[in-house]
Amino acid sequence: MWKDSLRVGFLLGIRQICHASKWTSGLIVLVMMLTLINLVVVSGILVGIIEGSVKAHGDQFTGDIFLSTKAGKDTIEQSRNILATIESIPGIYHYTARYTQGAQLEANYRERRDPKELRDTVNTTLVGLNPEMEDEVTGLSRMVIEGEYLTSDDTGYVLLGSMNLEQYSPLGKGDEFGFPTLSNISIGSRIQVKVGGATKEYIVKGIVDTKVDQVSMRVFLPEHEFVRLTKRSDLNVNEIAIRVKKKVELIKIKQALLDSGVDRNAVVRTLREGLPSFLLDMIDTMTMLGNVISSMSLAVSSVTIFIVVFVNAITRRKYIGILKGIGIRAEAIELSYVFQSLFYVIMGSTVALVLIYTMLIPFFNSHPIDFPFSDGILVAPLASTIFKLTILIFSTIIAGYIPARMIIKRNTLDSILGR
Amino acid sequence: MIQVKNLIKNFENGTIITNVLRGVDLYIPKGQFVAIMGRSGAGKSTLMYQMSLLDIPTEGTVLIDGIQTDILTEQERTDFRLRKLGFIFQDYALLPELTAVENVIIPLLMRGMSKIDAIEQAYNALDSVDLSHVRDHRSSQLSGGEQQRVSIARAVAPQPDILFADEPTANLDSVSGDSVMRVLKKLHEDGQTIVMVTHEPEYSIYAQRVIYLEDGRVVSDDIQTEKIPTVS
Repeated sequence: MWKDSLRVGFLLGIRQICHASKWTSGLIVLVMMLTLINLVVVSGILVGIIEGSVKAHGDQFTGDIFLSTKAGKDTIEQSRNILATIESIPGIYHYTARYTQGAQLEANYRERRDPKELRDTVNTTLVGLNPEMEDEVTGLSRMVIEGEYLTSDDTGYVLLGSMNLEQYSPLGKGDEFGFPTLSNISIGSRIQVKVGGATKEYIVKGIVDTKVDQVSMRVFLPEHEFVRLTKRSDLNVNEIAIRVKKKVELIKIKQALLDSGVDRNAVVRTLREGLPSFLLDMIDTMTMLGNVISSMSLAVSSVTIFIVVFVNAITRRKYIGILKGIGIRAEAIELSYVFQSLFYVIMGSTVALVLIYTMLIPFFNSHPIDFPFSDGILVAPLASTIFKLTILIFSTIIAGYIPARMIIKRNTLDSILGR
Repeated sequence: MIQVKNLIKNFENGTIITNVLRGVDLYIPKGQFVAIMGRSGAGKSTLMYQMSLLDIPTEGTVLIDGIQTDILTEQERTDFRLRKLGFIFQDYALLPELTAVENVIIPLLMRGMSKIDAIEQAYNALDSVDLSHVRDHRSSQLSGGEQQRVSIARAVAPQPDILFADEPTANLDSVSGDSVMRVLKKLHEDGQTIVMVTHEPEYSIYAQRVIYLEDGRVVSDDIQTEKIPTVS
């Protein structure tokens, strides 16, 4: 009997769709399309703000896998062996090793005549690196906003992170906030770098600015300069950022590193594992916020379908009565409205999916939204989209079924006679 | 056959109770063509709605082929109408979005018939009312007479035991009305049981038996003796 009801319901539903006003149908499809776009895009953008930050963190700082010092250690011991291991693992695209050490920069040491005059200093992290290898992993040269990038042969030059400079820091001089910056520094300016007991003058070759504060707050110089300045003779580095080849699973590379015993001397984390917990909490919060906002659009679309089906059913009440009168079961008539609702949601969703995956996501990837702390992208994993689509379809079916049921339940003769 | 026992139907509107049927007893044997006549408000349509299971009587019983219908559930009544009864409505009651043949196949598909068989049977039904040329026309493309004949085809295609017709000629001109009555007459000659409500005496002569209602009671119940028009 259900099979017969399905057949009749399908025929009635299809014919009603074909017979309906094209403008009305188009409008309902548009509402459905906008609803799915809203469901996917609002939460996708909100999460994308944080994901953009995560992506930037990986792209510009940690790479895909990040090795750092173990607790209680100043450096990654056996660094040379670890680097040799990394080179031997297939699937790794590039890596960069960084020496880091706390340092103090001073800007006005030349102009200051009176020893009591306030020194223009900033405490920062000095990073020694191979500029070419770093560039392969993090694209540091692309973040140079003034001046030029370093080369391995540079001597006497540094690359300054923008957050160290008054003109780029969002806090300005920043003294009152506890984040002092250097004033009147531009390309070619001389600064003094103090590390431990050593002091040396450098010329600012370039200024890098990124949305990853850990990068923008640092000062970079070639590793041979770093080693010479800090007198680090053990050649043990502090950080290693690894970029893996596309389509290679991070977890496999990480496992290969662990199998090689790298974790005896370094903490090995994938990008996600290395994220601060507050960032993960923010992703959850944004997802929840997006879902709350999206649920409103879901309610609007459900009400739209409810009204459309209700008006349709109430204006066709006489015909519904006649169908029941000639023996068509109520579920067949209800199914005809469910099929109509399904048609609208499937049409709208299909258009929405095409728009999202062929236009919106590529667009946001190539034109990310410029937020102060990240480049906002549109995050719409297919599984999540399918889940949202399922919710939309389910709510639409319910919204189509209820009004149809309300009208169909009425007395058959009253419906036929319009009482 | 239909057996009606002491049928009473009251309508309540607040405190006002209107007695439309006041104890009707009838017996309609298989194969009979019955016309129910009476003035407006006499209760003829109400009687037909009770007999055709479209409404539930206040009191009394309707038995069809020995089945007591007033104890059936709504779903069982719908199924009963599908299996045993056919309906012709005054205003044709075709679904506007369907073609003539689609209107006819709907009850056939609901009965579980395959689509191919349903279409074949619908074609036969439309042929029998001389509408093979408008099978794929929508109701808006048909004249009133043609629409009523499609309605007849829809009613008879499933080969119901009883055919109910509620003033089938009321909205038609005399030519179309005659045409519809000739179709009904032909169906009766083929053995179809027909119960028709009409207020037009010129069409009651097609029936074998005429029942007159007045104030909800049967005041006359005559087997027609004069010559019934034959179908050429």
